[in-house]
Amino acid sequence: MPRLLALIYKEFLILLKDWRSRLVVIAPPLIQLFIFSYAATYDLTRIPYAVFDQDRSALSHEVLAHFRGSKQFVEVAYLSHDRDIAALIDRRRVLLVLHLGPDFEERIKHGQPAKLQVILDGRNSNTARIALRYVQAIIGQFNQNIGAQRAAPLVQTRAWFNENLQSRWFIVPGLTALLTLVVAMVTCALTVAREREQGTFDQLLVTPLTPLEILIGKTVPSFIIGLAEGTLILVAAVTWFGIPFRGSLGLFYFALALYLLSAIGVGLMISSIARTQQQGLFGAFMFLVPAVILSGFATPIENMPEPIQYLTRLNPMRYFLTLARQSFLADSSFAQLWPELWPMALIGAVTLTLAAWLFRHRLY
Amino acid sequence: MRLITGLLLPDEGKIEVFGLNPARDPLSVQRLLGYMPQRFGLYEDLTVQENLELYAELRSLSPAERPARFRELLAMAGLTPFTSRLVGHLSGGMKQKLGLACALLGHPKLLLLDEPTVGVDPLSRRQLWQIIHRQVQAQGLTVFVSTAYLDEAERCAQVLLLHQGRLIGQGAPADLMARMRGRSFQVKVPSEASKRALARQLADRPDIADAVVLGNTLRLVTQAPASPALPPGLVPEPTPPRLEDYFIATIRQMAAFRPYIPLDLGRKRNAVPEAVIEVQNLKRKFGDFYAVHDVSFSVNRGEVFGLLGANGAGKTTTFRMLCGLLPVSGGKAYVAGVDLRRAPAKARARIGYMAQRFSLYGELSVAENLRFFASTYGLRGPMLRDALHWAFSSFNLEPFRNLAAKDLPLGYKQRLALACSLLHQPEILFLDEPTAGVDPLARREFWHHINSLAEQGVTVLVSTHFLQEAEFCDRLLLLQAGQVLACGAPEAIRRLAASPDNPAPTLEEAFIRLLETTP
Amino acid sequence: MSRLVALIRKEFLQIARDPGSYATAFVLPLVLLLLFGYGVSLDARRVPLALVAEQLDSTVQDLLSGFYHSEYFVPISMPTMAQAQTWLLRGQVQGIVHLRLDFTRRLKNGQEAQVQLIVNGIDANTARLVEGYVSGVVETWWKRSLRKRLATPRVEVEARIWFNPEAKSRNFLVPGLIAVIMTLIGALLTSLVIAREWERGTLEALLATEVLSGEWVLAKLIAYFLLGNGGWGLAVAMAMGLFDVPLRGSIWLLWVSSALFLLVALGIGLLISSLSKNQFVAAQIALIVTYLPAFLLSGFLFDIASMPKMIQLLTYLMPARYYVTVLQTLFLAGDVWSLLWPNLFVLLALAILFLGLTFKCSPKRLA
Repeated sequence: MPRLLALIYKEFLILLKDWRSRLVVIAPPLIQLFIFSYAATYDLTRIPYAVFDQDRSALSHEVLAHFRGSKQFVEVAYLSHDRDIAALIDRRRVLLVLHLGPDFEERIKHGQPAKLQVILDGRNSNTARIALRYVQAIIGQFNQNIGAQRAAPLVQTRAWFNENLQSRWFIVPGLTALLTLVVAMVTCALTVAREREQGTFDQLLVTPLTPLEILIGKTVPSFIIGLAEGTLILVAAVTWFGIPFRGSLGLFYFALALYLLSAIGVGLMISSIARTQQQGLFGAFMFLVPAVILSGFATPIENMPEPIQYLTRLNPMRYFLTLARQSFLADSSFAQLWPELWPMALIGAVTLTLAAWLFRHRLY
Repeated sequence: MRLITGLLLPDEGKIEVFGLNPARDPLSVQRLLGYMPQRFGLYEDLTVQENLELYAELRSLSPAERPARFRELLAMAGLTPFTSRLVGHLSGGMKQKLGLACALLGHPKLLLLDEPTVGVDPLSRRQLWQIIHRQVQAQGLTVFVSTAYLDEAERCAQVLLLHQGRLIGQGAPADLMARMRGRSFQVKVPSEASKRALARQLADRPDIADAVVLGNTLRLVTQAPASPALPPGLVPEPTPPRLEDYFIATIRQMAAFRPYIPLDLGRKRNAVPEAVIEVQNLKRKFGDFYAVHDVSFSVNRGEVFGLLGANGAGKTTTFRMLCGLLPVSGGKAYVAGVDLRRAPAKARARIGYMAQRFSLYGELSVAENLRFFASTYGLRGPMLRDALHWAFSSFNLEPFRNLAAKDLPLGYKQRLALACSLLHQPEILFLDEPTAGVDPLARREFWHHINSLAEQGVTVLVSTHFLQEAEFCDRLLLLQAGQVLACGAPEAIRRLAASPDNPAPTLEEAFIRLLETTP
Repeated sequence: MSRLVALIRKEFLQIARDPGSYATAFVLPLVLLLLFGYGVSLDARRVPLALVAEQLDSTVQDLLSGFYHSEYFVPISMPTMAQAQTWLLRGQVQGIVHLRLDFTRRLKNGQEAQVQLIVNGIDANTARLVEGYVSGVVETWWKRSLRKRLATPRVEVEARIWFNPEAKSRNFLVPGLIAVIMTLIGALLTSLVIAREWERGTLEALLATEVLSGEWVLAKLIAYFLLGNGGWGLAVAMAMGLFDVPLRGSIWLLWVSSALFLLVALGIGLLISSLSKNQFVAAQIALIVTYLPAFLLSGFLFDIASMPKMIQLLTYLMPARYYVTVLQTLFLAGDVWSLLWPNLFVLLALAILFLGLTFKCSPKRLA
């Protein structure tokens, strides 16, 4: 046991002693946390738009006043020719143009439906769709105002757990899964290769330490750094970004531990195979990129084709991502989280066993 | 070396190469010279031919000249059959010769070689020097070599001896050695047991500059050209001086005299000789290929045992098996009475290991390295404190306590590595190329340490390429193609290779002769 | 000149012998393209939705049938709210549409009738999509039922999404991905190449020959530029051939802009490499400075205008931002010169800047 502690202490020293490697462990996750949290949002806050109002009536002004009063829309131009529309959209000056025909007020007065034409820049179709939803919400409100009895039944939405459906409440809990994975992988995927390159690996092997002890010594620092990273993001999420943590902390950490073990298992597998640090780094990258994309972090797994959905079941990040979001926003019980817990435990057991096997067989 | 090529800029002073200043005009200088850096500067993921073509282009060798030049250099380097092999798969000696070939491609006027023979076996080293001499004679080439091996320096026309950045000697080796005339002696020791203690006592005497054990003799260098007064029964016989004698004696004269402190492990020598390493029909297979085939030998307690062989002879494989770094494929191997096939971990607790290039954790400080290795051997509490105290004081490491290991001077790295491998007082010490690239003085000190360990009953197993170092051993094992070529004391091996035209070969000559005469 | 060719040949041989290099240059782009082309989608389809109607009269049935006909939903009818809520909590349905007992009566009496929608807000983005789709179904149903009776004075939204009428997310993800792939090859791979020569000691041998320092940097630049073009060809061919992304602009403009961006990425990669001397540190910096911004700060996935001001300012420093704009425009809109000029100009300026810095900072001596 004291031998093992000495080994763990040494691994920590190596990771954190040199300011450059300390920087690599600490700075990138922090930068990523803040850039992700602020930049990665599907909520639109400033939609630049132009108006092409051929009617110029009291009613058209009233409709447009709704947009001008909205925080999400910013009027950029007021057009008088429809040929200007293309110029603005092509150049990306506006995301959408509101076009009101010359008979807009006329039709409403005669009890007819009037058309509000919305021309959107579909180059980023996701943004276009979200913007269109905002327009529809505003028009729905307007219709309610001009004649409640004739308007469509209102869809009244109640969102559980994230009442205002803020993207940030969705992204930041996901970061606990993403960033801890990256740190745990990068720190342990290179450890064995680094010792091989420096020649200290032999020196370590001739000590009475058993391969298992060496493996544990390599696991623990990544594990603890992963836990610290998770805690850091948790604290930043709650204090800085004001995201509630409603679930059980104990359960969250239990799951984080399982998750880290499965990630470290993969990292150590890469580490045992890699002969050089560069190979280790590429290996980690080859795992991380698909793992993040297939986790549901940015796009839901339900939208993926069936075979790929099956593939995501092998991805430990998928489970912890779901679990982290549940833990932050909902107060889920152990039983509800069980479907996420056991696959992580299983993946962890398999990857760690494989890593130990590979480690033993690539010693020589 | 790097200053001459214009790769580094001097802080002060002036360099002229063929009347050009490399600091101001590196390109014109570089056009005239060929340079082989320490790690040969070859692209390991390119083949031999591809490396040659690349360097031919970079050195502006005209395409018409190339085929002939390639053929010539490849034949010279003995690499003709390997042109399509990746450089990464070549042995150290082959890489070195290819590096030399690449440096020679452009018909340089000046050839710079930076420690060209580190990690290279004696055979390749000799071939390298033959190539160099041929080039010097045939092409009028000037060769500028840096080396830590003074026997190598003896082959040069002019030497500059540098110590701690200062010039301590300059001239033709023969002239320098001539100054030592009458100061080198050889002494036959009466008994095996006392030779090391005797060498130590003599080395500490102010009138003696150097005293080393060579097999069953002592080699002495005096501070003045006179026969030393020796204890009764010892007769000094004059012997030809070496360049190394000049180097050591000069430094000993310059520096304040510091008596050598023997390492004290606090252990007494066991009087009864017993085998602590026993190897019978040892085998190691890689795929279908036997790297080690039916090797048998045994090493007694307190013996310094050398393992020699060309690159690929199975030396490293045998060495690694005995340390428990590589599983044994067949045969028996007992280390410290433990069967390696059954309990390698148990054997490991009783051995110390110093890897090539002193594998230390570069980022960790000296104290942290020591503490870590002590803890891995299970030292705790007062025992740990004592071991650390012992290491700091015996190896004079106290001033560097908090310095990162990678920033230590090479000689101190070696001391630290040795300290790390001795903390747990091992019965057997394994040294893999322990003095590669280390200067003669540090090497001398290192061997004093080894000798005092052997005196205290520690068995030392050394693998080395450096035959002068092999002479420091009690017994040697020569391997060739995975099998034992010869085993015995250095004198015995020399005798084995004696022939009518060379009745008293040096160990290097003996080694090469044995390699060449065995199919 | 022949020296340069020899150096370029050397780079190619090294790439060909290093699995890490060609994996990053070809395998990773292929995986990314396949994942983004087939796997990942922001368009929710076949969302499981619980329908709870407290009274099932003909009006309600008419409304609910709209959900069954929608391609966006897989509706599941449930007798009680309690059951639906359990399903929602377990994530088996993404939302619940709840029609109260008095829905039809209130509607007929001209009172305010409500369609209640409960969504699971944990995945806020999907929840938003579900909300939009449900509103759409209700809207369509209402229009249809109104036409049977009389016209009403109301404003109807008629949307026309230019360039991508079906709003397929693949059409913007795949072009944007080209920027990520160019970054991978241009910056991440090259960030290692000079550092590797430092570490292996080959740089020392190279510097001692009469090679000009510009020459071997140029060789690396040309080798990886050609490699990048290979990656580019692969990506464009897959985008157009496999994923049917239309290319409305001209291909030569696409190539010119890609070449410019590639030069910028190469410049950054080589600069990092020649400054850091250590492969591990170089890779980390390249990841932070080029790869992540290409994903996050380029407008590839997330709308730049909606980011906080500070982050928006940061995006102006990211070459990927300009390139992604050019890519999305060329693929989906066409040769919009007024938009392309300024972006191409910035890319050109950045290319000159970074390549200049690279040549200036490339090591000529060891210290």
